[in-house]
Amino acid sequence: MGSARVVVTGLGAVSPLGLSAGQMWSGLCAGRCGIARIRAFDPTGLPCELAGEVPDYRIQDHVPKTHRKATKLMCRDIELAVIAARDAIADSGLVTKGIDPEHVNVDPTRMAINVGAGMIGCDMTELAPAVGASTTDGRFDIGKWGRQGLDLVTPLWLLKYLPNMLACHISIIHDIQGPSNTITCAEASAHLAVGEAAQVVARGDADVALTGGAETKVHPLLLVRQFLLHRMAAYRDAPETACRPFDADARGSIFGEGAGMVVLESLAHARKRGARILAELTGIGQSHSINPVYERLEPDGQGLQIALEKAMEDAGIGPEELDLVVPHGTGIPQDDRAEATAIAAALGPAVRKVPVWPTKSMLSTTGAASGALDLVAAVRAITEGMIPAARNFARPADGCDLNIATTPRHGEIRHALCCSYTHGGQTAALVVKRFKEGDDRP
Amino acid sequence: MRTPKNYERVVITGMGIVCPLGNSVEAMWEGILAGRSGADRTTVFDTSTFPTTFDAEVKNYNLAEFVRDTGLHKGCSRGSGFAVGAAAQACRQAGIDVETGEPGDGIDRARMGIYLGAGEGSLDNDGFFGCIIAGWNVQEERMAWDRLIASVLRQFNATRELEQEPNMAAAHIALLTGARGPARSCLTACAASTQAVGEAMMLIRRGHADVIIAGGAHSMIHPLGITGFNRLTALSTRNDSPKTASRPFCASRDGFLIGEGAAMLVLESLSSARRRGVKILAELVGYGSSSDAFRVTDMHEEGRGPVQAMRKALADAGLTYKDIDYVNTHGTSTQENDHIETLAIKTVFGERAGQVPASSIKSMMGHLIGAAGAAELITCVLAIRDNIVPPTINLVDPDPKLDLDYVPNVARRMPVNVAMNESFGFGGQNNVVIVKRWEAENL
Repeated sequence: MGSARVVVTGLGAVSPLGLSAGQMWSGLCAGRCGIARIRAFDPTGLPCELAGEVPDYRIQDHVPKTHRKATKLMCRDIELAVIAARDAIADSGLVTKGIDPEHVNVDPTRMAINVGAGMIGCDMTELAPAVGASTTDGRFDIGKWGRQGLDLVTPLWLLKYLPNMLACHISIIHDIQGPSNTITCAEASAHLAVGEAAQVVARGDADVALTGGAETKVHPLLLVRQFLLHRMAAYRDAPETACRPFDADARGSIFGEGAGMVVLESLAHARKRGARILAELTGIGQSHSINPVYERLEPDGQGLQIALEKAMEDAGIGPEELDLVVPHGTGIPQDDRAEATAIAAALGPAVRKVPVWPTKSMLSTTGAASGALDLVAAVRAITEGMIPAARNFARPADGCDLNIATTPRHGEIRHALCCSYTHGGQTAALVVKRFKEGDDRP
Repeated sequence: MRTPKNYERVVITGMGIVCPLGNSVEAMWEGILAGRSGADRTTVFDTSTFPTTFDAEVKNYNLAEFVRDTGLHKGCSRGSGFAVGAAAQACRQAGIDVETGEPGDGIDRARMGIYLGAGEGSLDNDGFFGCIIAGWNVQEERMAWDRLIASVLRQFNATRELEQEPNMAAAHIALLTGARGPARSCLTACAASTQAVGEAMMLIRRGHADVIIAGGAHSMIHPLGITGFNRLTALSTRNDSPKTASRPFCASRDGFLIGEGAAMLVLESLSSARRRGVKILAELVGYGSSSDAFRVTDMHEEGRGPVQAMRKALADAGLTYKDIDYVNTHGTSTQENDHIETLAIKTVFGERAGQVPASSIKSMMGHLIGAAGAAELITCVLAIRDNIVPPTINLVDPDPKLDLDYVPNVARRMPVNVAMNESFGFGGQNNVVIVKRWEAENL
């Protein structure tokens, strides 16, 4: 078993700032906010009527002809993932079956896929006729459901909502026959998936891996779930200033949707095909927050701190070599404080210098997609040598003594650190390194 | 990333299970050797008008028999509750201290991980169906979102909502054990817990952890789960005879028997196990994973993905098909799986295909979905321990096209040193692991 260096060669994103990684980056640079009043359904009555929604698209325009029929089996999470996957693969210069079946330049059996996915909310309007036919005195009647309601559910209904179907559709479209996994650790999913995909490539089980995460939280039940867990800012207006990570006026997060994908590749494979190398993935750290209040990070952030320290150790760097931290930073005051505590502990004195750039003020909290969008942003920051300005940060919340990047900064980013955590406790961190031409040591 | 000079060998030092055949490893094994079916009428909710009215449920389960502080797991989903009980059993066998802030077992908690293939919990069904009823305008066939939202806000409960998330089983095990190492949870349908075990093995092998509690937990015995599988016509509808409904590789098979449960294994680096002086149950030697990349609804006609996963697992273990004494099949009892799995085994095992016993314990236990692979791996370890191969029960009328040795109906005493466990998930994920007898001379 070898141990290959793993590089990033393609970026893809679907976010409230646009349908490509390029559009997301331009939006972030302009400090644009993707949060607005919900359009997917009438949110009247929700404690928060705001969300970060992806611009309109037609899914048929984003899949090969051969897969158009199968779009009927796609819920929105799958659609977002499929669009971002294509963006990432096209960006990498790899030619898969889904890009051009005549000119495939990658061995399908040597390509892996690993996608972070959420617990998908089903389309309630789709189920409504079946539920409507199964009531007695205005209440749900399971007997009637079994007799008549069930038959009104479309036969392949379940296949739209299994979390692994994101990877399934992408693997069919692009003919990815290597290892396939779906990580379901809520907001830490994407970082965990990317970390595992990198390990799959490093250990030689694949040359290339498509990896990231996708989810929509723009769904009445999923949004209410966030509200019940005291994670949501109860705003009905002022969308542009609603999500305020680490800010003294933060009141909770604003949720949204998106998908982020990256192409990882062994350095040798990337070199062999003359790929443009964007960055190197050098460190992976994971741990667990241990808190009987499951939905909150433990106040001292220990589980996150361990993940951050392990990622730096794995990358063989110290905190003073970091030039960027992209935190999870949701705008939920207790969690932000715990996260800031963890970052401060892991970075030591360097915490005063290293710029911290939270993105959710612009992108919203996009569940299993969020870590992938942050990673795409971090890689772009590295290749551009630029950190855009953070938004909605005026003065630090108590206990959040981080060096928030409130003005754009230009200069070399040697290493960037991204991190995330879940309600439930899994924590993850990744270190990405600037790739210097000529750095070809094995 | 770090490159350890010497890869760690990975051994199994603890096992625990909560399943339709019993709530301990020995109870489950006794049921398997007796060829007992865990199937019966569904009691979790009323399925009397559903196309399928039976399942294989966990029975007489009481979490208090496994943990002291049940309050910490109050309100958890069915699957997470099973997970905690199975993990507690596995930890006890492996000598891992649980429910303590000061463990004395010599394992650094930052080097102890968790990797589960775990499923979603049941929806709050009253709330879910109730809010749709509140919002749906039957005459106009239109959703009044404000009414739906008002109903959701009135009825839903925070804990219940949180505990449905598939990562929560891992969260409960973290609180049980204090594990702070790599923590992941995956959900690749019916292949999830085999994948979890395989990836956990890789993490230990490459030095990312010393110990990982790996396995699966799932219960899809809830209204939308059964509805979904019934609509796919994936479940057996042999309502007049639940105990003979699951009949893998049999000509009259008509779908799978849905089960539920949790199965956990303590995976440990050999050096950690030696240092702690804990008993080694078996060695995990190979893992292979692949994707069909074929169709959303069907397996590849020739079993391309399963073949690749088996071959990768063999190569990873440094073994050939000639070394495998027993195959624990995915064997779901659906027309498609059993046919294609047979083809795939024939492709990989060539001239030996008919000689290697290949049985399905789903004939007895039912299909534990996300937890199935780990439960089956436990039976592989026991098959090696006792030199007995589990049977495929209800194999009453052989399918002429399916001609492997499925160990029909009766467990078989025979030497077993190396066993292969295969799991294939809806959507085309295929995972295979290989486990080997542990003997001192293996060193």
